[in-house]
Amino acid sequence: MKTLLLGNEALAQGAIDAGISGVYAYPGTPSTEITEYIQKSKTAKELKIHSKWSVNEKTAMEAALGMSYAGKRVMTVMKHVGLNVAADVFMNMAVSGINGGLVVVVADDPSMHSSQNEQDSRNYGRFAMIPILEPSNQQEVYDITRYAFELSEQMGLPIMIRMVTRLSHSRAGIVTEKRKLQNVIHLPKNPHQFQLIPMHARNQYQHLVDIQSNSRESSANSVFNKYIDGPNTSMGIIAAGIAYNYIRENFEDDECPYPILKISQYPMPKKQVKKLFDTCKKILVLEDGAPFIEELVSDYLGETKKVIGRLTGHVNRVGELNPDNIAKALGFAEQINEDIPKVVKGRPPELCVGCAHRDLFEAINKLKSENNQQQVFGDIGCYALGVLPPYQSINTLIDMGASITMAKGASDAGIHPSIAIIGDSTFTHSGMTGLLDAVIENTPITVIISDNSAVAMTGAQDSSASGRLVSICKGIGVDQNHLKIITPLHKNLDKNIDIIRNEINYNGVSVVIAQRPCVQLPKEKKDKLKELQKTFLN
Amino acid sequence: MKTNIILAGVGGQGILTIAAILDIAALASGLNIKQSEVHGMSQRGGAVQSHVRISDKEIFSDLIPQGKADIIISVEPMELLRYLPFLKKNGHLVTDSNPFLNILNYPKLEELYTEIKSFPNALLIDAKAIAKELGNSKATNIVLLGAIAHLLPLSDESLKEAINTLFSKKGAKIVSKNIEAFNKGKKIATEKAL
Repeated sequence: MKTLLLGNEALAQGAIDAGISGVYAYPGTPSTEITEYIQKSKTAKELKIHSKWSVNEKTAMEAALGMSYAGKRVMTVMKHVGLNVAADVFMNMAVSGINGGLVVVVADDPSMHSSQNEQDSRNYGRFAMIPILEPSNQQEVYDITRYAFELSEQMGLPIMIRMVTRLSHSRAGIVTEKRKLQNVIHLPKNPHQFQLIPMHARNQYQHLVDIQSNSRESSANSVFNKYIDGPNTSMGIIAAGIAYNYIRENFEDDECPYPILKISQYPMPKKQVKKLFDTCKKILVLEDGAPFIEELVSDYLGETKKVIGRLTGHVNRVGELNPDNIAKALGFAEQINEDIPKVVKGRPPELCVGCAHRDLFEAINKLKSENNQQQVFGDIGCYALGVLPPYQSINTLIDMGASITMAKGASDAGIHPSIAIIGDSTFTHSGMTGLLDAVIENTPITVIISDNSAVAMTGAQDSSASGRLVSICKGIGVDQNHLKIITPLHKNLDKNIDIIRNEINYNGVSVVIAQRPCVQLPKEKKDKLKELQKTFLN
Repeated sequence: MKTNIILAGVGGQGILTIAAILDIAALASGLNIKQSEVHGMSQRGGAVQSHVRISDKEIFSDLIPQGKADIIISVEPMELLRYLPFLKKNGHLVTDSNPFLNILNYPKLEELYTEIKSFPNALLIDAKAIAKELGNSKATNIVLLGAIAHLLPLSDESLKEAINTLFSKKGAKIVSKNIEAFNKGKKIATEKAL
């Protein structure tokens, strides 16, 4: 019988069955369930597959490379913007290559359901000159993951699997196959492979360039790229990943009359692309995210007008694909019978009832009413909802860790009070280094670490910061007299405002840890955290 | 035959319980299924939906195209109306009548009810009250599931078996309360149809 799995779970099962020895990741929608599935898997536990969360995507990817160096198969998982954090190791491990099979899974979020942008990770794959796999449905997610590890070891390169939200967060019945054994430890044959000093790096980089032809050949022969003939050559379709599904949906039980080139492995298979171009008058490119293929295959000046897609306005330039916008691109009539009645109002997400961030924002807003020069630099997490009514407490939200560093820059420019609000997990992910910058210059900023002891937004995963914040701040050099702990509860409102006001008035770096566990955590975990925090205070 | 169902509600209201029962029953009946869901920021108290597609043939898209939903099940009356562009002509609507009030500009209930009742195949039920009467207000969703069971390509037995599978860890009493809720929903739908 088939097993019902989310796209993300199918990927995780595929990795277990491909014989991985570890997964390294930081939570981030829509990628989180991949690692969680392995954490909960009995098989993974029996096989001692490493699956504990890393502090951020960079540390995760580097640890994965270390495991690969030791000869074992390993996966690293993140959301699209997480790859920005890991970009340093990502670019350089393409040059060094790998030893044990290494697969980088990146889940993109077109339409920005839970993200700040809709950057397309295929650009990173091409940038690093590594093969990219882009499955079209959940079964293919499973199959492609197993294949990715084979390809990685065959090419000696890290392989990227690109997921998108809809594929990640939809369930389907999956047929699984026999699990492969894990690799035994074996060190790289070439002792200089991982020593990227210029003299070795040049050789490695030359090698990476040289094997691009193998990469193209692999794509041309890949079972995941398919040329499907059709009688109507007035148009040919290039459909990447999930777009292929939406095309099939639009023709339901009939065959699509147009020739289709389905793409699930990059670099683009040149021979098949040429065949489609030679056969068809017009080419419609359908791909989720950026016009990545379209830019590659369009002529620069657009004079032939042969290629249509997101760049030409035939498909929406921003936002995810769906069966409806593809129907429109194919020239089909709209199927809507009823519009949304006017009586229906928007219902944006909000902070949970009883959430500690609510009490913190209440205090911040009272302080704003005392001094309207106050600027609050926010960060990534549930507290980002403080941008919206009813609180509207936060002025900026850019990327993981930017609250502290932006507050510093604004303070350097003369803004006062300059306040940073950052969650505990985001602080250990990317806030600590920025705090050191501020400590070195004793910049007058107040950093509020809203410590709910969880990676709350993605489902209350364990936070690397739990019980460690005080010692970390002291270690970085924050003056003990300006390191305060408050409990954000309504009954403490006045007291908390006084404490924060005092720290704002201090002419240097101050840190206020607003400590109360996430309301989503189970009681046993909350109690455990309280004990942990007590020990660290003493 | 393909059946497209949209489940609607507010993050935290548990629409995925209904989805899970449909998943288990469809898989056990040898049918194909696709079921999308919402994770991440949008699920915190915001509008959420799940697309469930059941078919004896291969299912392609994870999302139901506009105008192709056979049934919309909602655990909240305003959320039901949000997905009308997906409804097939003469498609079926069923919703709990109790509002989830977490926005300041929530419309007047009467206006919502009038709108819902203007559809020929709409069923507006106080499922929460029924579930409470049975002594398990958490079974609200199961009452709604019972009310559309006759429209599904799944037998009552397979649905009840799925309820059993899903709740068996929580004990026999919870299972039987949910089966009761399912039967009650079914009964209401039959009475209304007469």
